[in-house]
Amino acid sequence: MSHADVLIPPQPAPKNLEKPMTLARFTGCVVVGLWIVLAVALVAMIITGWDIEKFTRYGPRYLHGLMTTITLVAVSVVCGAVLSLPLAFARMSKNKIIGGLAFAYVYVFRGTPLLAQLFLIYYGLGQFRPQLEAVGLWWFFRDAWYCGLFSMTINTAAYQAEILRGAIESVPRGQHEAAASLGIHKAIAFRKIVLPQALIVALRPYGNEIILLIKGSAVVAIITILDLMGETRYAFSRTFDYQTYLWAAIFYLAMVEALRHLWDWIERRLTRHLKR
Amino acid sequence: MGGLFSALGSLWAWIGYVFDPLCGPVGIFTWLGQSTILACGDTGWGDEIAAGLKVTVGVALVTLPIGLLIGFLVALGQQSEEKSVRLAAGIYTTIFRGLPELLTLFIIYYGMQILIQSVLAWVGYDGRVEINAFFSGVIALSVVFSAYCSEVLLSAFRAIPKGQYEAGDALGLHRGRTMLLIILPQLIRVALPGLVNLWMILLKDTSYVSIIGLADVLRQTGVAVKVTKEAFLFYTLACGIYLGLAIISSFGLRYIERWARRSEIRR
Repeated sequence: MSHADVLIPPQPAPKNLEKPMTLARFTGCVVVGLWIVLAVALVAMIITGWDIEKFTRYGPRYLHGLMTTITLVAVSVVCGAVLSLPLAFARMSKNKIIGGLAFAYVYVFRGTPLLAQLFLIYYGLGQFRPQLEAVGLWWFFRDAWYCGLFSMTINTAAYQAEILRGAIESVPRGQHEAAASLGIHKAIAFRKIVLPQALIVALRPYGNEIILLIKGSAVVAIITILDLMGETRYAFSRTFDYQTYLWAAIFYLAMVEALRHLWDWIERRLTRHLKR
Repeated sequence: MGGLFSALGSLWAWIGYVFDPLCGPVGIFTWLGQSTILACGDTGWGDEIAAGLKVTVGVALVTLPIGLLIGFLVALGQQSEEKSVRLAAGIYTTIFRGLPELLTLFIIYYGMQILIQSVLAWVGYDGRVEINAFFSGVIALSVVFSAYCSEVLLSAFRAIPKGQYEAGDALGLHRGRTMLLIILPQLIRVALPGLVNLWMILLKDTSYVSIIGLADVLRQTGVAVKVTKEAFLFYTLACGIYLGLAIISSFGLRYIERWARRSEIRR
């Protein structure tokens, strides 16, 4: 029988091993430091350059521009969604002419920059003033606001049609067949069986499309619409103060980040039943 | 030496002329628009638009490698084991994916001007600094491109199994060699569809540089419109040129995609 008759004396706790300073760690610290310096510089610039007169003059204009941007995006997203539905069906149609036309529409509007489309609609169609007046549409194409809205709508309709088509085609064929074998009418099967499944697939691309549209909407400032970017350009042209752009950046970032988090929440909520 | 440079310069000009799709010997405007408003030379706007096309393509082609390189580094940072590196890379992509391209362009264009001016004033030089629009356009576009590119590359990195790195270690390859010989070839194949998409977006985004005064397609057509008042014709032409670029590059990219997949085909 052996037993311990000497207790091991108490030992000090092992030393905390310091993490070695690797190159990656060093770079990371430097870059984070750089970001912190930039953030501090931003805050310092806002504090030192604070001018109550500028704030009272341009603050409300910024808020108004923000509202303009949000309205523009919201209306064009909704109108584009309405327009995209027949477009997506035309794209999936078995008729070659209809399918080809829808394909051409989508290809043209996805292949050209929004800025060029905007110029084409605002300046290009202005050339046909007599004809447009005869049809009674001149009031629409005379106004920069309507032109911006129109070009954003037809642009996003092309993108949304592709999203919708992809989502509808991602629903397995068996779902259609199951509905048919149950004797459900095609339209009802589409509305109650296919579309709900397709929209869950389409949720994330839709969110991305709205974010892209918010960012793209800055372009309408070029045709004199006073959206957030337009107000920023106005304020910069009056004050030559670099801060004006930084404020716009803060507003845009806040908008996009808020939408992103909202979309994450919606997606989590709507896909609860798919979680294993 | 000067003679050599001038010879190279004239050779470059000759190449630019011969392969010009609009105003070259086999250009569209040379053949179809000789006596119209689109003629090449002093009578029409063909040559101006052709010069704009070169600027547009140039901006896109210069931006691409810079953006890919920065995007690759940011993607590496995002999957780093170091928390600080991940944080820094995350801030970068969040900011530049959230800002409108136009605003990024303005911030970089005016910001660099102010920065350089204040540095020069600190040194003791008081003068107005005009920054090159091409330079700042390329920087702004490559920053935006790299932010999106890093996301594409990151998801491609995640598609590559860990065993591939371990296999590289087992063969005794240095980490850089593992990346270059084992990971990158697979990464390109996975990431190519996403990168193709980004290239198409980049081609369209180059239109923004016209706003800071760079004479690209849209700027040149805008000038033509101001003079001739033929807005519809010229802006349709601009849209057509962008569309043509998209179609041509989609054909080229299809070839590249087939090339990247050549090892998969026979399975």
